[in-house]
Amino acid sequence: MREKIIIGLAVFAGALLAWNMNTIFTALPDELNQGAIYRIIYFHVPANILGMTGFGLGMFLSIGYLVTKDLRYDALAASVTEVSLVFASIGLATGSIWARIIWGVWWAWDYRLTSWLVCWLIFGGYLMLRRAVDEPNQRARFAAVVSILGSVNAYISYKSIEWWNTQHPQPVLSIRNGGGMAAGMEAPIWWNLLALACFSAILVMVRMRQEGFAREIDTLRRMAHSQ
Amino acid sequence: MFLRDVWTITAKDLHSELRTKEAWNASIAFSVVILLLFSFAFDPSSEQIQEFSGGLLWMTYAFAGALVLNRSFARELQNDCLDALIASPVSSAALFVGKALANFAMLFAVELVSLPVFVLFYNVPWSAAQVWPMLLVLVMGTWALTVIGTLFSALTVNLRLRELMLPTLVYPMMIPALIAAMTITTNVLAGNPVGFGMRFLVAFDIIFTLLAVVFVDTVLVG
Amino acid sequence: MNALEISDVWKYYGDFPALREVGLNIAPGSTMALLGRNGAGKTTLLRIVAGLARPSRGSIKIHGSIGILGHGIALYDELTAFENLTLFGRLYGLPDPRKRADEMLERVGLARVRDGLAREFSRGMRQRLAVGRAFLHDPEVLLLDEPFTALDDLAIAVLQSMIKSMRERGRTIVMSTHQLREALELASHVALLQRGQIVHTGERTQQMLDDTGWLYKTYGDN
Repeated sequence: MREKIIIGLAVFAGALLAWNMNTIFTALPDELNQGAIYRIIYFHVPANILGMTGFGLGMFLSIGYLVTKDLRYDALAASVTEVSLVFASIGLATGSIWARIIWGVWWAWDYRLTSWLVCWLIFGGYLMLRRAVDEPNQRARFAAVVSILGSVNAYISYKSIEWWNTQHPQPVLSIRNGGGMAAGMEAPIWWNLLALACFSAILVMVRMRQEGFAREIDTLRRMAHSQ
Repeated sequence: MFLRDVWTITAKDLHSELRTKEAWNASIAFSVVILLLFSFAFDPSSEQIQEFSGGLLWMTYAFAGALVLNRSFARELQNDCLDALIASPVSSAALFVGKALANFAMLFAVELVSLPVFVLFYNVPWSAAQVWPMLLVLVMGTWALTVIGTLFSALTVNLRLRELMLPTLVYPMMIPALIAAMTITTNVLAGNPVGFGMRFLVAFDIIFTLLAVVFVDTVLVG
Repeated sequence: MNALEISDVWKYYGDFPALREVGLNIAPGSTMALLGRNGAGKTTLLRIVAGLARPSRGSIKIHGSIGILGHGIALYDELTAFENLTLFGRLYGLPDPRKRADEMLERVGLARVRDGLAREFSRGMRQRLAVGRAFLHDPEVLLLDEPFTALDDLAIAVLQSMIKSMRERGRTIVMSTHQLREALELASHVALLQRGQIVHTGERTQQMLDDTGWLYKTYGDN
């Protein structure tokens, strides 16, 4: 059943992505000011949306663990955060490529970029911390605290383009009062978001299964050592 | 009583530190050395030093402060003192606030000592009008470093890889506050208005202090 | 009314139960010897009762204050004997910590070295100071984790005399131990912990004293 869901999602997302890429590369014209490179927005924005939402979701799951002490919340928090870190990396990389073309530099130290990089560092630290703690309940506790504190930074990053004058472009999506993009240009962002969200769901499911195995192995090891 | 417990812990940490002066000496020496090294890297006499004077100062404070903050809970490991403290009637929150205040006092003292060194080495123009804003940013910025450093000192105290994990976790978390402090300091030293940074720093301090006090018991006991 | 009520305590490390359905009611004035092999869960249980760890399930009710004496001596090397005891006196909220510290130093035979730094003491002296710290606030319930291990003869004598005087005053003692003889002599009750479960609890009988392995043979599973 689980395999069927994964394969189903993969096929759906793959097909959606393929169809969307077709739209992006053949149907849409180049953007007026940016030229061809603007198409990177179709990966940059969805990846960052997923990353940021994931970090926020991780925070709620961490609170869930602290309240219920159920290790499944922790497993889900870890899986979601790890996958979000991957998407944040994609976001940073795609942004960097775009910046090289448009601004002429690989990186700029404005508040949006800096705060997002800080998030990446914090949640990278989250994963490192998990590996440094042996006992599962202690690991879950510590990870939960880091996740909650780290989410404050995710929020700072989200608000950074409002609070400061940043080099990063202001919101253009219609949902953020950005005035929206030209007709037909905005939709592929949302389709890509859906496709990437499906892929992230698959990754989280795979990761959850790994966590389940790790948990069993840990218990068996403790049982063996207690004899 | 909470405040009395806090004071007992703060006094104990400061008393111990005054006895041994280990962290104090290391921290002062380190901050002077960093300021020296930076002056070789950047020509202190140039006009441009004004632009990143705040940055230099807070980098120095962050690194020198780490020496103090790392020891905060680590000093309790010797002889298993941490267990005795947690088992005593003193609450985890009081233990945390007591240690944070002691760390703050030590960090602030290191900063006050290194500030004249900085002003001297880098020929920073100085006027009386800058004293109060400078003190304010020192207090708010140092408190941010202290709160985060003390909480993570508690979190990493029992980890095998404490020496590695503490900087890894702490520095990224501090960056927003550091940047705010750096910007404000540069503005103060240049005589410019302070701007949004101060409100951000105050909000950051309040939020992280609340979070730290709420979570320190989870971190220490479970 | 029991001095210490442990109800349905479970402790999981991951999914592995280190403590299972542990229930103990300890009457005031009794001295309970908590016996069991290494890894049976004695230290885990004592840490939970002391408030150093949270149980995964179940609850602990303690009537009165607790004192703990564990493996570490829980003293600050850089403080003097007097300062150490005064500090803990303050942490325990005693009305006159300095006077009590002097009394205790007298009691454990360290009055002469009152102003000596703990780091300069011999091992036996440090142990006696640790005993002084544990009994300082005259707790209603005293938790001792393998107290007779690694004590020299003088420290053992001091500890035994303090335990006896606590018993005379109706205090409750829970003592985990391997050294069956010394513990069983002092104990009024025993509890045997095996693989996280209490397999026997009851009064300490003469038979247990005569044949120290009897308890394990009867209730253990070897």
